[in-house]
Amino acid sequence: MDIFYPLQYIADQVAYNLFNLIKGSHLGDAVNFFIYDSLKILLLLLVINYLMAILRHYLPIEKLRDFLASRKWYGFDYFLAAIFGTITPFCSCSSIPLFIGFLEAGIPLGVTLSFLTVSPLVNQVAVVLFIGLFGWKITIIYVVSAVLLGMMGGFILSKFKLEKYVADYVWQIKSKKLAVENLKIPFIRLLKVFWDEGLALTKQIVVYVLLGIAVGAAIHGFVPAGFFEKYITVDNLLAVPIAAILAVPMYANAVGVIPIMQSLVEKGIPLGTAIAFMMAVVGLSLPEALILKRVMKLKLIIYFFGLTALNIIVIGYLINIISV
Amino acid sequence: MNQIKQIEVLGSDCPSCHELHQRTIEAVKQLGLNIEVGYANDIKRIIEVGLMSSPVLIVNGKAVLAGQVPSLDKIKEIISSCDQAISSSSTGGCSCGGSC
Repeated sequence: MDIFYPLQYIADQVAYNLFNLIKGSHLGDAVNFFIYDSLKILLLLLVINYLMAILRHYLPIEKLRDFLASRKWYGFDYFLAAIFGTITPFCSCSSIPLFIGFLEAGIPLGVTLSFLTVSPLVNQVAVVLFIGLFGWKITIIYVVSAVLLGMMGGFILSKFKLEKYVADYVWQIKSKKLAVENLKIPFIRLLKVFWDEGLALTKQIVVYVLLGIAVGAAIHGFVPAGFFEKYITVDNLLAVPIAAILAVPMYANAVGVIPIMQSLVEKGIPLGTAIAFMMAVVGLSLPEALILKRVMKLKLIIYFFGLTALNIIVIGYLINIISV
Repeated sequence: MNQIKQIEVLGSDCPSCHELHQRTIEAVKQLGLNIEVGYANDIKRIIEVGLMSSPVLIVNGKAVLAGQVPSLDKIKEIISSCDQAISSSSTGGCSCGGSC
């Protein structure tokens, strides 16, 4: 049995009995879809944000950095950095301190860029939305693609010897290694602290998630099935690069884009094209470029964005091929 | 509430950083402390204290919070527990009482 069956029951009751909407009508379907998806995703978010609060308490990013900087990894560090990128929070406020902190610790530039590529693309909230809306299989495809994107990008960029294009002051900064003091809090109290942190994060993003689901629900209810196939099909070879390039001036958190993307895929946009679009919206935006401008010279940004865009396009085609 | 000499927010000029600054000012006001809450866009110092997330809340020169913007109540709790911890530090208490 579907473990989310009770939620579907609630959605049916609210949409068809309480609001008296007709089952199968555009509005009825959209409202039902919105209630069911919102409940399911909020529930999943509460659980995973709690688990991530625990993980981050025991494995803060500073520890991951020290682990990466602790020895020579002979290329394995690109993989580790990309994996670490998936479990770190997604606030772009921290991308500059993270960038400087990694380099300061002696982590190679390419490895740092691997981390920086994956970090905004994969976080627990994005994963929950993917699982809730697309299911396990597509979630795994997405996460693996993002990790590959980061690894490939960082590795190739390391071959260009771009260190001279990092802003000069970055190399002057030295850390005194006096991180936030980790205090001994009784475990029972910690459980409460984790819950509070998870709940605070859930509250922070709930509006964006619901907004995304609402737009998705409207598309689900009102746009006819197969609508986009007339315009964008797997055979249209230009669709992937156009989607990726159109996305660059846009900026949104993964959280708001995923529900909309799911509805578009349902109405006929090929999965790879949609994922390429989403990765470009989240990972390659002008605001992000402006932030990075403070630590990178223009040439490094162009290399970084250009190569990431190219890789996103390749990934888009690959997913379109395997998902047919 | 008189052990705290200096409170400061370090950020990277992002919306969350300014939000933490505003909430900290409000928290200090509600706690009745007569301290000005400083703010600096100073990533160099964030790195220097060994951190990599922003914003950072600094109380008496010590980082007590990084990469989060907690609720007003939580910030008040952190600041008060720092105060108590400093008062009891002569008896071997930990630096910030556990909430930071």
